[in-house]
Amino acid sequence: MRNTAKLIATAASFAVLIGGTSLIPQAASAAGHADMVKKGKEVAFNRKKGNCLACHAMDDGTSPGDIGPPLVAMKARFPDKKKLRAQIWDAEVANPDTRMPPFGKHKIISESDIDAIVEYLYTL
Amino acid sequence: MKKSILAVATLCVLGTSVAMAKNQMATDTTPAEDLKIYRAYFMKKFPGVPLQEFANGVNAVSEVNRENWEAIEEFPPYEPMIDEGEVIWNTPFKNGKTFASCFNNNPAQRKNYPYWDKSKKAVVTLEQAVNACLTKNGEKPMKYKKGKITRLLAYMGYQSRGQKTNVVVPNDPDALKAYYDGKTFFFARRGQLNFSCAQCHVESAGQRVRSNVLSPALGHTTGWPVYRSKWGDLGTLHRRFGGCNKQVRAKPFKAQGKEYRNLEYFLTHMSNGIEYNGPSTRQ
Ligand code: HEC
Ligand code: HEC
Repeated sequence: MRNTAKLIATAASFAVLIGGTSLIPQAASAAGHADMVKKGKEVAFNRKKGNCLACHAMDDGTSPGDIGPPLVAMKARFPDKKKLRAQIWDAEVANPDTRMPPFGKHKIISESDIDAIVEYLYTL
Repeated sequence: MKKSILAVATLCVLGTSVAMAKNQMATDTTPAEDLKIYRAYFMKKFPGVPLQEFANGVNAVSEVNRENWEAIEEFPPYEPMIDEGEVIWNTPFKNGKTFASCFNNNPAQRKNYPYWDKSKKAVVTLEQAVNACLTKNGEKPMKYKKGKITRLLAYMGYQSRGQKTNVVVPNDPDALKAYYDGKTFFFARRGQLNFSCAQCHVESAGQRVRSNVLSPALGHTTGWPVYRSKWGDLGTLHRRFGGCNKQVRAKPFKAQGKEYRNLEYFLTHMSNGIEYNGPSTRQ
């Protein structure tokens, strides 16, 4: 078990290395990243999916609610991407009284949708 | 069983966060104490809004909403429906009697409901009393969420305007249980979106979900039945409860089932002292 974890970690860092050194995968991943950001915005704005605008002012979203704080400077506020993802996955962990729905825990949107939203938020 | 423990646990957490109850259990404060705590909470949250104003729902706390609402109330869409209700009130049943025979010859009944019925060991609402009257006289009961019943309630509500909410919770363990069940329901998170009524209508009252301003729970029960353009018609309080449950992707309960009647009992008690002003128009 431990070993597998280590292996995966190593594999992951390899992937990062490769991504950083080899030209072709980098170009591909840049395009992939742009797609992901685009998808993230769509999911975040869609009323039937993230509907984040119900509570947060963000980006160029119109008539946002004001239950939650405006989502700006996300990279600076969440230098740790995992923390940002965790906030979306289940906000109750950080604040048991939260009024933010547990998007991951209650399967309100898919895991890959959450990943996409995180990438999108990092551009804000 | 597990569910009810969860509900109470949520309540504890919320109780401290809202600072409206230092208590740990729904049952730690008496109805009379609750009334004081809730009223004080809202009066403090919306300074300058007089108690009676809360009867106007969201319009009491939002200028923009208020302007639209005042314009609509100049020629209220429910007006002809009050007249339809009067016709229903006056139209004899097959046996020759009318609704007047069940309600002391007086349509102004709003202040008498909901009440705790000792023999039935249950909360009785005005909607139920209407249907009890129909059944007793060999007539078909009405549907509880929309249609004919809203016309009759609009007429009875209109005749009751100005009466003060005065829900009595007798010192009877069954009545108290109904009240506390309603209270627990109000504070329990539910649905895929995981919201309690209180999180929207206590904690977030006056704030916006998208462009919808959330109304304070204080005064929630005075203006029924309510005309909404979304419905294009009048609806009852329990229709609204169902809608709010659906909003958080929870399964709505049955209109006039025990859950919603107990919720109505708790929620109406919270508005004691506020005048009835139904029917009304709402966003
Ligand atoms: C119904 C209300 C609501 C919705 C919908 C909502 N949030 Fe939130 N969110 C909040 C509240 C309230 C907070 C403040 C922290 C708390 O109470 O937990 C918050 C906090 C956050 C934070 C932390 C901000 C900070 O600076 O600390 C992030 C990030 C966030 N939300 C992202 C999202 C995303 C992404 C979505 C949509 C997928 C979303 N929220 C949908 C209510 C909401
Ligand atoms: C996610 C937010 C949310 C939750 C949770 C919620 N509501 Fe609502 N409710 C609304 C919105 C939005 C409206 C329409 C605007 C308004 O009047 O507040 C509304 C309206 C109402 C109204 C009508 C008020 C009027 O003056 O016409 C009542 C009564 C009400 N809610 C009761 C409840 C009860 C009881 C619960 C719990 C079972 C509940 N709500 C849960 C958002 C919510």
